[in-house]
Amino acid sequence: MLEIKNLHVKLEEEDKQILKGVNLTVEAGKVHAIMGPNGSGKSTLSYVLSGKDGYEVTEGSATLEGEELLELEPEERAALGVFLAFQYPVEIPGVGNMTFLRTAVNAQRKARGEEELSASDFLKVVREKAKTLKIDAEMLKRPVNVGFSGGEKKRNEILQMAMLAPKMCILDETDSGLDVDAMKLVADGVNALRDEGRGFLVITHYQRLLDHIKPDVVHIMSDGRIIKTGGPELALEVEHNGYADILAEVA
Amino acid sequence: MALPELKHSTTEARLAALDLPTGGCLDVARRAALSRVQTMGLPDRRDEYWKYTRPDTLTAVEAPAAAVFESGEAAMFDGFDRLQIVFVDGVFDPDASDDLSLEGVSIERLIDLKDKDIHWSKDIYGVLEARGQIPVERPLAALNTAFATDGVVVHVTGTPSKPLNFVYRHGQENSDAILHHVIKVDSDAEATILENGPAASRFNHVIEIDIADRGTLHVVRSQGRDHERRAATHMFARLGQESVFKSFTLTVNGVLTRNEAVVEFLGDDAVAHVAGACVGDGDFHHDDTVFVTHDAVNCESRQVFKKVLRNGATGVFQGKILVKEGAQKTDGYQISQSLLLDDDSQFLAKPELEIYADDVACSHGSTSGAIDEEGLFYLRSRGVPEAEATNLMTLAFLAEAVQEIDSDEIAASINDRLYGWLARRG
Ligand SMILES: Nc1ncnc2c1ncn2[C@@H]1O[C@H](COP(=O)(O)OP(=O)(O)OP(=O)(O)O)[C@@H](O)[C@H]1O
Ligand SMILES: [Mg+2]
Repeated sequence: MLEIKNLHVKLEEEDKQILKGVNLTVEAGKVHAIMGPNGSGKSTLSYVLSGKDGYEVTEGSATLEGEELLELEPEERAALGVFLAFQYPVEIPGVGNMTFLRTAVNAQRKARGEEELSASDFLKVVREKAKTLKIDAEMLKRPVNVGFSGGEKKRNEILQMAMLAPKMCILDETDSGLDVDAMKLVADGVNALRDEGRGFLVITHYQRLLDHIKPDVVHIMSDGRIIKTGGPELALEVEHNGYADILAEVA
Repeated sequence: MALPELKHSTTEARLAALDLPTGGCLDVARRAALSRVQTMGLPDRRDEYWKYTRPDTLTAVEAPAAAVFESGEAAMFDGFDRLQIVFVDGVFDPDASDDLSLEGVSIERLIDLKDKDIHWSKDIYGVLEARGQIPVERPLAALNTAFATDGVVVHVTGTPSKPLNFVYRHGQENSDAILHHVIKVDSDAEATILENGPAASRFNHVIEIDIADRGTLHVVRSQGRDHERRAATHMFARLGQESVFKSFTLTVNGVLTRNEAVVEFLGDDAVAHVAGACVGDGDFHHDDTVFVTHDAVNCESRQVFKKVLRNGATGVFQGKILVKEGAQKTDGYQISQSLLLDDDSQFLAKPELEIYADDVACSHGSTSGAIDEEGLFYLRSRGVPEAEATNLMTLAFLAEAVQEIDSDEIAASINDRLYGWLARRG
């Protein structure tokens, strides 16, 4: 599904290399987790995959089902099925959450040559999905993420993901700032989307999320590289011993 | 004191080209206004109040040509239940207008007052304009009082069932219209006035509004899409106790627009909101100049102005809140913001507060900035194409001003126009 090869990325504005040769393949139907110390480049990887400005790819490639992503505009990547649940969801004053969701859903449908959803069909689907995430009608009316608590923002990300039904879901620390119940809600939302045709890349610092969203593969990222890959037990090891042993092992 | 030579000659030339209408109860007001113009002189670029906006095309003898724009789309407020009063190049068109009778309001044509010696309108006509000359001169408004050739005198005595819609059609390339309206709102009466259209190649527009205790008036204007049109408008409002005045102006295109609003609180516990949204592309200069005077207790004033500027367009805001001695518990708010869609456009703002009472809450803010890149990326990452995402963010920016309109139906039609403008530019 997602294939990242030898990806090197530096900042556009300054001469700072952040990703130093990332290799990673996420197969359809699988959940991959990425863990790693602060500043190792996890969010950068997620931004580069979704098309944020400010980064320069100096080497390597990233493809989704064989299509090169790195040349495309963010909206084209989204239409192909890339979705990033942001570590810090953005507030957009003045744009209603509902308008935002409908515009996004219909823009993607249009880009894929599908028919737009009618207002009433859309409303029905949103309400149903919002309910399972315990997002109330009032929150849907508010401007995008404005005045939302940290946990509400994260649930709103999952709602968008559920509405857009992307092929490749990238979740950047969706668990941070969530209480135990909200974590369960978010995990249920993600698990409901688990499907043969869909891949997940879950960035997290904590084993706790991975108790709910069982990963198939766990990667450890450090200083812009994947330095170790293993099964779910790798996350448990990090939980108990931190990164010191792993870092020492590869050094 | 004699006027500087240039000002004097400009003023004399302009006055020489105009005929002072005579006959009827407004004669005294017109002559007094003429003498005000002669004393003040017409504005020129050396005047502090015209620092950011060049008045020369507004004071020139001839109106610069402006092509008549045919949009092909339905006129603004079409489909609303309203009473239409149509002016073509500044001349009332009875055939295009509706019957002027409506319960709760009486409407007369300004030039029909000729034969009426005693009429309440002379207590307002030119009176609010003259009050508004202090402390800042507004000579184009005095010129209007002296020479206005048409307009309506509206007396709101109750609550009319539908809005009055002044429709300003543009017919000739070189038309020069001077319109003057007087609106008197009685105690406990309430009305809505809708204005739309370019009116002429050059439009000098004055509306004097007197609202008695507990009266309410809403004014929503849309200034017409003709690219080369010019307008100098003045809105003078005097507010009685517990009265409410809300105005919103939409400006889309036009090469030069100067909208002045002068609001005076005379009775306690009154509310005035003056708002505007403008969008301009290229050869577009838009100036909002507002002066709010609090001379009563516990009144609330809000000024909310938003401008979207691109391709070298210029936006100007000069807004003042004056709180006089004794005007305690004043709540004054003023915000002016511009969204610059490129580096060529500019926004010039002069927000001012002048306060002589100690128990007041006044705030003002002015900002100028580009589209928020983080927000734009967020929208695009969800699949919204860049142009559409930019439009959504732009409408969001304008929303605070549009929200000043009480009627959801009217606000929605304003948003449609704004969206149309943005969509045409993709
Ligand atoms: N726009 C930027 N400007 C300057 N430095 C940047 C920028 N983006 C990323 N960096 C730097 O690149 C490195 C990687 O950052 P990134 O956010 O990808 O780390 P992370 O692994 O997601 O960390 P965390 O676990 O704290 O979220 C850090 O040193 C960060 O400071
Ligand atoms: Mg991060």
